[in-house]
Amino acid sequence: MNRVYDLKREVEKPERLTGGHRLCAGCGAGVIVAGVLRALDKEDKAVVVNATSCLEVSTFMYPYTAYMDSYIHSAFENSAATCSGVEAAYKALKRRGKLEETVKFITFAGDGGTYDIGFQSLSGAMERGHDMVYVCYDNEAYMNTGIQRSSSTPRFTRTTTTPLGSAQKGKQQHKKDLTEILVAHNIPYAAQTAPLGNFKDLHIKSHKAIYTEGPCFLNILSPCPRGWDYPMDKLAEIIKLAVDTCVWPLYEVEEGVWRLSYTPKKKLPVADYLRTQGRFRNMFQKGNEWMIEEAQQYVDQKWERLLEHTGA
Amino acid sequence: MIKAKDINEHTPWQDLTPGGEIYEPGTARAFNTGTWRTNTPVFHEEACKHCMLCIPFCPDSSIPVKDGKRLDFNYLHCKGCGICENVCPFKAITMVSGGVAL
Ligand SMILES: Cc1ncc(C[n+]2csc(CCOP(=O)(O)OP(=O)(O)O)c2C)c(N)n1
Ligand code: SF4
Ligand code: SF4
Ligand code: SF4
Ligand SMILES: [Mg+2]
Repeated sequence: MNRVYDLKREVEKPERLTGGHRLCAGCGAGVIVAGVLRALDKEDKAVVVNATSCLEVSTFMYPYTAYMDSYIHSAFENSAATCSGVEAAYKALKRRGKLEETVKFITFAGDGGTYDIGFQSLSGAMERGHDMVYVCYDNEAYMNTGIQRSSSTPRFTRTTTTPLGSAQKGKQQHKKDLTEILVAHNIPYAAQTAPLGNFKDLHIKSHKAIYTEGPCFLNILSPCPRGWDYPMDKLAEIIKLAVDTCVWPLYEVEEGVWRLSYTPKKKLPVADYLRTQGRFRNMFQKGNEWMIEEAQQYVDQKWERLLEHTGA
Repeated sequence: MIKAKDINEHTPWQDLTPGGEIYEPGTARAFNTGTWRTNTPVFHEEACKHCMLCIPFCPDSSIPVKDGKRLDFNYLHCKGCGICENVCPFKAITMVSGGVAL
């Protein structure tokens, strides 16, 4: 568990998410799922539960599965409940000595499936204390059904249900802070991460979440070239800007202790991030300078509060 | 029981796996997504320092590694996104236009 992170060793493990899935070229979701599953110890098995989403329709199309582990798709709103049920059955079998092997339980769901429709089942599973990890790959809208806004979509974003017109200019509400809501569940481990650099942050947090007993939560920023409207080769650059502008801070809360995982060398203006994506294009139009200012203020406020929590 | 590779549009429903379940791991590997490419990454082995930074960033598991060495692309699933070219610090990858590497 506490071995030093070694990218070379990690990438030589057998893959647990295979090629041949149908996610769009350049999609962040597959990179994230492969990265989380890489953190499983080689000898352990996993049960992967997946809410309806881009990930689900692309990685599990009969008769093609991109998973090397057991996989269950139940529905959009109940992935955490499904996972908790399988975990409870596993524990019962273990208790009766009917199972030898170690199995880990991991749920993947999009932001729609997590912040919105699956929130009740997630909250319930966390409260009941199941030994599982819930991973939200957050692409900040309902991508699979055509880019509708969710409660994770940031303010001023253009989506198909928050269009640009005379009545409204993109989404009117701020993004819900789901990670903090999960922290308030007093679970043993909750963290925010992203596919950054050598993947050390994502790997270590995934390993902790998988091997900490009890309910754990990971929120992972997942760029979507279609919905965010950016060229498909820019995944790494967009993630770097998200963390360097503090739009997506990397941190973890372990047994109630907050820790900042990444401090930008130089905190960049939010506009540097917004500019890379067509979904924010409206904010750069003449007369809309106030939008960028308000977005900056919001990010600064959140960042200051996080620094207070982490004592950094 | 019928194998995933033998299931297609013409398979009668009676022959399908019960409950639409899949009993083999990683059957997606048999599906060619390489045909999606409009640009293709090319590997320059002489420039590669085997830092492995490109591997976890590839969304389609198309960069094989063995014994500490990064090997040439496996084009079967590569969708030509170009992420690998951008993350390589040593210019060991370049994208060429078209779906086939020359
Ligand atoms: C109960 C229910 N309502 C609506 C749908 C249609 N639906 C399928 S996927 C999806 C969007 C998923 O959004 P998100 O969870 O953010 O995942 P993403 O596709 O963005 O990765 C919707 C609305 C559904 N499958 N089930
Ligand atoms: S629409 Fe976005 S999230 Fe969905 S597969 Fe395509 S890139 Fe990925
Ligand atoms: S172009 Fe994209 S899919 Fe192909 S090898 Fe590079 S990162 Fe992987
Ligand atoms: S990032 Fe470049 S140098 Fe590093 S392993 Fe990949 S191709 Fe080689
Ligand atoms: Mg989404």
